[in-house]
Amino acid sequence: MPHDHHDHLSPSGHPYRPDDDHPLTYWQQMEIAVRELLIEKGVTTAAEINAQIDAMDARTPANGAAVVARAWTDPAFRAALFEDASAATRAMGFDIGPMRLIALENTPDVHNVVVCTLCSCYPRNLLGLPPDWYKSRAYRSRTVREPRKVLAEFGLTLPATTTVRVHDSTADMRYIVIPARPDGTDDWSAEALAELVTRDSMVGTGAAKAPQAL
Amino acid sequence: MSKRTYMRVRADMPPGHVRTPAYLRGKLGWVERTLGPFPNPEQLAYRHQGQPLPLMRMRFTMAEVWGDGTQTPDDTIDAEIYSHWLEPAEAPHAP
Repeated sequence: MPHDHHDHLSPSGHPYRPDDDHPLTYWQQMEIAVRELLIEKGVTTAAEINAQIDAMDARTPANGAAVVARAWTDPAFRAALFEDASAATRAMGFDIGPMRLIALENTPDVHNVVVCTLCSCYPRNLLGLPPDWYKSRAYRSRTVREPRKVLAEFGLTLPATTTVRVHDSTADMRYIVIPARPDGTDDWSAEALAELVTRDSMVGTGAAKAPQAL
Repeated sequence: MSKRTYMRVRADMPPGHVRTPAYLRGKLGWVERTLGPFPNPEQLAYRHQGQPLPLMRMRFTMAEVWGDGTQTPDDTIDAEIYSHWLEPAEAPHAP
């Protein structure tokens, strides 16, 4: 096969695609400028900034899953969590810092879902960085307007007998949803249960996995 | 149910850093719980001392926020509203 006809193909056999590069935005340039100035002037160091990025990256939905699984298995913790979620999760080593946490319980009668219409407030100490869809204008505007339709698009269709409560995270509170414990898990340990708790189930856009899904 | 404290969100549109969502301004809701006090973010945003204010978790029905056209009028929206954005209000008449 004469290869000069195929110069536009990558080794995978697919055509090359142009790079999706674009110049830095105004705010990207501003962030770099401010960061470099803070380091130059000795306000902070590159090592401190990297340590903070590492700390952020170390937070994952596994933190929240451990909280949910404990709430399912430890009645005293469950009571403490709904009384003061900031204190209860801090005692587990997940400090929310200056923000306050509220835990919301999903039941057959009530389904809670969390959104931040103003920006992207999210319980990062328990769930890590928010997914891109959580920050999208579509999710932020539609969840308060047509929550059941949004939830259906996530694969969660709720019966009319379930009340949907949307929580708009507008100020100093952060929210974690405690999904309903899946059926057929009565004798499961907290560690095993945590495997059933998805990120979306703690935002309220999904349910916990069924045991047979593992 | 009969003990609900109803309040109405001010319908103002002032400039500046405001954390009261526009879609809730002028709407009638009830107090789900009272939080705070927290410093007023409208002052903090401009590096002023933030006046400590109660923060109310207000609950609104979909019918109140979006009108009769909403498909599930009894579903609710909860939002945190600083107390200076709220005015005392009468409970709505039963339909």
